[in-house]
Formats: sequence, C-alpha cells, structure tokens
Amino acid sequence: MLSGHRTWIFENKPVIISTGTVGGPFEANGNVPKSFDILHDDLWLQQDSFEKAQQKMMEEACQHAVKNSPIQKEQVEFFIGGDLTNQITPTTFAAKTIGVPYFGLFNACATSMEALALSAFIINSRGANYILNGTSSHNAAAERQFRYPTEYGGQKPPTAQWTVTGAGCSLLAQEGDGPIVTSATIGKVVDMGLTDAFNMGGAMAPAAVDTIIAHLQERDVDPSYYDLIITGDLGKIGRKVSLDLLQEKGIAINPDQYVDCGVTLYREDQPVLSGGSGAACSSVGVYGHFLKQMKQNKIKRILSVATGALHSPLSVQQKATIPCIAHAVSIEMGSDE
Amino acid sequence: MADKKKKNLPPEAQKYQAFQQQREIKRPVIKNCLKAFLVGGIICCIGQAISTFYITFFDFTEKTAGNPTTATLIFLTMLVTGFGFYDHIAQFAGAGTAVPVTGFGNAVIASAIEHRTEGFILGVGTNMLKLAGPVIVYGVFSAFIVALIKTILLQWGGL
Repeated sequence: MLSGHRTWIFENKPVIISTGTVGGPFEANGNVPKSFDILHDDLWLQQDSFEKAQQKMMEEACQHAVKNSPIQKEQVEFFIGGDLTNQITPTTFAAKTIGVPYFGLFNACATSMEALALSAFIINSRGANYILNGTSSHNAAAERQFRYPTEYGGQKPPTAQWTVTGAGCSLLAQEGDGPIVTSATIGKVVDMGLTDAFNMGGAMAPAAVDTIIAHLQERDVDPSYYDLIITGDLGKIGRKVSLDLLQEKGIAINPDQYVDCGVTLYREDQPVLSGGSGAACSSVGVYGHFLKQMKQNKIKRILSVATGALHSPLSVQQKATIPCIAHAVSIEMGSDE
Repeated sequence: MADKKKKNLPPEAQKYQAFQQQREIKRPVIKNCLKAFLVGGIICCIGQAISTFYITFFDFTEKTAGNPTTATLIFLTMLVTGFGFYDHIAQFAGAGTAVPVTGFGNAVIASAIEHRTEGFILGVGTNMLKLAGPVIVYGVFSAFIVALIKTILLQWGGL
C-alpha cells in the first residue's frame, strides 16, 4: 500500500526466510568475519578473472540462501539483483547459472535495497511466493573499472573508500520464520554538484538524508522507533556529514543508533581510508551482520538505507557532477504474540 | 573546484558543499610532502648507486650510464609491481614513487597485468600504455617545442 508519496507499507508481511553472504580475504580479516556464511582467502576464487570471481560469489550466496531455507531451488520464482561491473554481467551470468526468471537492476550501491524493496512489493501483492534478491561487488573489478589498475601506485586521499569483495542475498517468502520487511521508501536522485569521485560519502550523504526524512514522515514514525538506522556505504565522512545534516534539519537521531555498513565491516587499522563501499557493502552488512543480530534478539527494528553514486567512469572524465540515490527498507522482527 | 563553476550551482548545493567540506578529512599535505621526499630520495639514491656500479665495473661513462640505469630501475619496478608491493609503497609515498622513472614503469606494468584477462593483443597490447600514454605524448611534444626554441635561438639569436 502506498503511504504518502513514495513509501510502500507491506501489510502482508513478506518474510526473509534465509540469507547468504560471501566475503573475500580482506573481509575475512575485517571487523566482523563471523557475519559471513562463506569466506574466501583467494581474491580470484580460482577463476581466471575478477569478474568471474564476482559471479561465483553471487552464485554461492544464492545457493547458500536456498540451502539454508526449507524450500528447493525449483520453488524460487524470481531472482532480482544487480552490481556495478560493466552492464551488470556478474549478476546476469549468475542468473544464468541459477536459472530462474530474472530482473537485472542498476542503482550502483543502492541496488541492494532497491532489489529488496521490489521483491517485497511483489511478494506483498502475491506476485510470487519466493524471490531471491541480492548484490555483489569485487574490489579489483571495481578498481579497474572506476579507478586505476589494481597494482597501479596512485595515492588515494583520506576521503576515498574501499570496494567490498563479496556478495549478499536474501530469500523472501509469503510466510515463514524470520525478520519481516515492513516498509520501503524509494529515493529520488539528488545531485549537490560534487565532482570528486574520490569522495563518494560526501556526495551521497544528501541522498541518504532526503530518503530518511521522507521515510520518517510518510511512515509517520520517530527515529527512536528503530533500534538502528543503517546506511550502506557512506563511510566515516558521509556518516558524519549526513548525521550533522539530519540534526540540522531537526531530526533527533542518536549517534549510537546511526551506523554505516562500510564502517562496520572493517577494522580501524585496515587501510580502507573512509570506509567500505560497493554494491555488496550494504547487502553483506545487512543480511550478514545486522540480520544475525536481529535473530539473536539484540535488535528488533532496523531501517536499512542503501546509498548509491550513479556516475560512470565516462561521466566523471567528462566533468559531470555525481548524482546520488538512496533507498530505505525497514526490517522488523515479528511481535512476540 | 573553481569559483566560476561553483557560481552556476543552485544556492542549496553551494551551501551543502561548504557544509560537506568542513567535515571532510583533509589530505595531510606537509606529511605527504615529507614522505614523498624521503621515498623519492631513496629511489634516487638507489639509481645513483646503480649508475656508479655501471661506471665502475663496466665500460660506461657518466653520459652513457643513464640508459642501463633506467632499464634496471624499471626492471626492479616490474618485480615489485608484479609481486603486489608497489601500490602499497605508493599509498605511503605518493609523489615519491610517482615522479621517478619507477612511477612510469609501474603505470605500464600495472596496466599490462590488469588487462591480461582480455588477451595479449586487445588486452595487454591495447591497454599497456593507457596510463603512461599521456606521458609519452606530452613528453615528445614538449621536447619538440623546446628543441624548436633552442634551434631558433641558436640560428637567429646568435648565441
């Protein structure tokens, strides 16, 4: 049901019945290695290109989610996903392997919540019984596409971020055990004229703020309704900028309840500069780390806000500004009745 | 960003950019300069040692030792890049590893490694000079201009 202008309330309670998260060597060495279902110590995953490694991670994440659920692969009706690499080929190739009807999405690093929102909408309106959705990214594949060759010695500024090597997916169902997707707010493209591709957090912060404010208004809840408001990959700088911006606009958010997946995934002493980023950043963060915390009853309600910078290497070279987007999805544990 | 460009932005965006800039972590410029000086200096010392080695033990003069020295440094860069250390040193050193010939070597070698997956002709062959190409283009072009000026001055300037 539409509430306000761009918020969906899912009254039929789509359930996340299982998840699958895969990480690379850098994530295995990170802050929350236990949050991953599968970890690899080889950046190549024994494949002959980084793109194929990314595809394999996406496949593994989906297989793990199906294996951990009460259903069979044949019962999955749709696969909805996307990534950042050249025309989302890793996701498309993974969809070929999975062999179920497929929607390919691109909203940069906001794709994860875009996929979850659309999946929940389809499930909620009885358009399907089981939907797999997820995103993947690979550090080296992203580096070569958006920045420089992996081994190139260019010094990155402290505002730069580290693309997550990993894949995360969730399996949504009409009913079952697990956290419930309760609502989603779709973001609009926000462009504040920033052009520095080495400062994604700063560029994406206004988009996150715009979506969070719209969500709170249209769902008519207070920020304290959520135990955690989790942004995707704003990094340290984007988190601080967006938090200050929210407070300036009179939204009382407690800094302790405002976390970022890109900051959570890595240890303080890892050379990730401002924090993690990438299409997999929010999916492995939310489906891995935060949903596990929900299952352990540490937290009950979260608002996941995935942020994406919608530039391309070409648009940056042509000096275009960086348009950004953020999608928010609320996930809640069912009541204890 | 240039002020001229900023004026074309809506006031809201201008306000946000100022707001954002206050919260941005700044590049530690002085610290970076010192690190670059240190690492760049070490690379130059290694270069000097190699050059002296060629002059002392082989039949090279100070003028002719330049080419084999450069080749040796590029060869060493290739090893360090190939084993995956160069980018880590460069994150610390910045311009210190970018300005000497090792930076040029790294740019060529890193691109060659990166595009190996697309094959030797269209991958390595096409992309090897993707980053180093501008150095060659503008290096050759500025050498031409300087030579032209020198020739004009010598021919007609009566120097």
